[in-house]
Formats: sequence, structure tokens, C-alpha cells
Amino acid sequence: MPLRSFRLFRPLPSFRTSPRQLVVGGLTALLCTAASAQLSVAGGNGKLLLTGGISSIDGAAGGGLTPWAVTGSYATTGQFGASAYITRLGTRDYSFTGYGVAASWDDRLEVSLARQDFDTGDRIAPLGFDGLRLKQTIVGLKWRIAGDAVLDADTWMPAVAVGLVHKQLDTVDAFKDVLSSLGAKDHGTDVYLSATKLLLAPGVLINGTLRATRANQNGLLGFGSTEHDRYRLQPELSLAYLVSKQLAFGAEYRFKPDNLNPSPFGDGLKEDDWKDLFVVWAPSKNLSFTAAYADLGKIVPALAPKRQRGAYLSAQGAF
Amino acid sequence: MNAFVPDFPIARHLPSKSPRWSLLGALLITALVQTQVQAQSQAQADDSLYQAIGGQAGIARVTADFVPRLRADPRIGEFFKETKLSELQKQLTDQLCVVSGGPCVYEGSNMKDAHADMKIRKADFNALVEVLQQSMDAQGIPFNVQNRLLARLAPMHRDVINAP
Repeated sequence: MPLRSFRLFRPLPSFRTSPRQLVVGGLTALLCTAASAQLSVAGGNGKLLLTGGISSIDGAAGGGLTPWAVTGSYATTGQFGASAYITRLGTRDYSFTGYGVAASWDDRLEVSLARQDFDTGDRIAPLGFDGLRLKQTIVGLKWRIAGDAVLDADTWMPAVAVGLVHKQLDTVDAFKDVLSSLGAKDHGTDVYLSATKLLLAPGVLINGTLRATRANQNGLLGFGSTEHDRYRLQPELSLAYLVSKQLAFGAEYRFKPDNLNPSPFGDGLKEDDWKDLFVVWAPSKNLSFTAAYADLGKIVPALAPKRQRGAYLSAQGAF
Repeated sequence: MNAFVPDFPIARHLPSKSPRWSLLGALLITALVQTQVQAQSQAQADDSLYQAIGGQAGIARVTADFVPRLRADPRIGEFFKETKLSELQKQLTDQLCVVSGGPCVYEGSNMKDAHADMKIRKADFNALVEVLQQSMDAQGIPFNVQNRLLARLAPMHRDVINAP
């Protein structure tokens, strides 16, 4: 009897959705939408191969590390499109998994949703965080305000886009204390301006992005700090060479702030810029694969003193 | 509070992080040299592109492949339903010859008038580019030559695309 009454009064299961559920739900919804759009209007396929870029680690279309002034998917003027991706990056001491979805309209507006999971392994066990995984959810919005990256081949005018990415860290309680002791917040918003130009005759793509950010290690170590709480403008540069319609290789360089240096750990949380060399292969408009060699510099050098370099692999489906 | 006051990392990075700048510099120089080469080749208005496509015979082979392929394309073939294809092929041959720097005269109408009675969207324009790429692939035109030609044709999108 007491047991039964306990059951009776047990609260209903919570319907509060976790960020992971949100992304998985969003992915399913988008895939369904894309699948039905494909069936009903067979649209969203009007861009040239590879001209939608790939999915960057934060979910917005671009290179691997940086957003470009293009919208994901192959939707051109008057079309809807969607894309989904998964990315893995393994370095000496850490591993990173990212996945997400993006939808675009009219080759003008892009909405993206991404999830990142950074596995610190046993690296920061000395601080009491054995196996800590830093996770965040990222919502992105991008608006191409001018230009065409591909067709205006007789002018220097690039495609220009403005965007924002809002990031929310999931934090276990103990890690929350660490963040607050550093003066870092568990959420933050980056705002960026990107200019992208395909020099069609030589087959060279150039992108420059200027990002205003407070993120520490892209947000995985929070946003801002006691010492440095201001937004900083950080340039990011991508260069790609088209070998064929389906194949491109290139390099990226992304400057980052260094807000946690110094911190109560001295320079033990110093962060470095990110860079990579990449190859993209798109066998069709529905599928692309990216392989890169990424150098993320030192991440928490107090405990992992070597540079974090490794292979970056990403697959994207576009619909 | 003054969260939006920017700090310019260029100044911060310059003295202590020169290896990064040399990478960045190398990337920029590569890009600039590439475009310089492109600008020079266009400024001289030479016939190197025309020659690279294979001259009159090469262009004729491309258009002979292109026109039937265009008519058969499920996306944009309908646009050419009423078109006299042999006339289209002749005009395209002249046009590609002129555009690539060859010794021809194009006597067809301008791009705006030629497409005025059709509704051409950007997706249609890009579909035509894809069909042209297929034809150039089929005729063995190297990718870099294809891109040099496409770079001269692409700006025509301003006159050809006339529907959202």
C-alpha cells in the first residue's frame, strides 16, 4: 500500500529536453523535411559542386575551422536546402566529436545547430576531472548580405555575410566551480563578418573572417575570464585550390584570444591559434568528405604540455 | 560592461608570433600571385585560351556535344523546345570563339534580349554551367582551361538570370 501510493504520487517523467535530444530531434526533423522537399519539389540542388563549402566545427558552412560567406547545402536563389555532418578529431591527448545540421534558404539565410563533445581522457585527472568531457550546443545564424562568391568572376567583389553563433556549455557542477573561479561564463555569443571569393580562372578560393569573441578554446573552456572579459576581434583565413570539380585542398588559420592567460594557474591555460591543411572530396552533391591535419596548439599546457595535432575527418550529407 | 570594445590581435600577435605571420604571408602571397597571373593573361587579350580549347575545331567539338546535351537535360532541356538547334550551335560556336579571344565575329543577339522571353533562374544558369562542364569533360578540355573559360562566361549571369 505505501509503495502503491508512492508510485501514484511519483512525479511525471520530466519532458525537459537535453541539448543532445534537441540536436537529434532537430536532425531528424530536418532530414524528414529535406526528404519530403526532395520528393515534392526536387529542388535545393541549384548550386555548383562544392560551392556551399563544408560544415565547420561550429556548424556553419565554411571551411573546417571557420565560417564562410556561403550557405550550406546546394540550395540557390529561391530554394531551400539542408545538410548534416559529423566530424571527428583526434589529437595526442584529446579527442573531439562534433555533429549537427544546417538549413538554408535562398542562398541567403542559414540556420545551424551543432553539438560538440571534447573528451579530455585522463589528461586533467590531476585536477579531479578524470574522463571529463566538455560539451556544448551551438546555434548559428548567418545572413549573406551581398555579392556572389562564384559568378561575379570579373570583379573583386566577394560574397559577404554576417553571422552569429551562440554557444552553451553543459557543465557538471564541479567544473562549473572551476569556470567561476576563472571568471568564465558557461555561455557566449560570437559575431562575425566573412568575405568569400572564388577566383574562378585560377580555381582559388579565398575567405577572410573577422570574429568578435570572448570564447576560451572555442567556448569549451567557457567565455571570458577575470583578467580578460572583453570581446576581441580575431581574423581567420582560408585558402583553397580546386584540383577538379570534386576535389579541393587548402589551408586555414584561425587566430584565437588568450583570455585564460594568466589565470590562477599562471600560464597553464594558455591557448594557441588553430590551423589545418585539408582535402575535400565531393563524389556528388549529396555527399562530401573532408580529411585534414589540424594543429590546435597547446590545450591546458599545465597538464598536456605538447601541441595537440592530429587527423580531422568529417562527412557531410546535403539534401 | 565594456564587453564590445574590440582589441586588435594583429598588434598583439605581431612581435612574438612571427611564424604564424609567415604562414599567413605565404598564403596571401600565393593568392596574390595567382590573381596577378590571371589579371595579366586577361589584360593582354591574347588568344591563349582559344588555343588551349583547341581553336575553332576544339570549340566546334564542344558545342556539337553541348547543344544536344543541353536539349536532353531534364532540368533545362525544355527551354530549347522551340529553338532551332543548328542555329544555336552556330551562334554558341561564334560566341565561345570571341569570348576565348579567337578571330571570330558573334552576330547573335545580346544575352539580355536572347533570354528575355524565358524565365531563367539562377538554378537554371548553374545547370547550364554544369552541362557545359560535362561537355568540356567529354571533349577532354583540361579543368584549368574550363575554369578560364567559365570565368569569362559567368559574369553573363547578370543579363541571363531574369527570374528569382
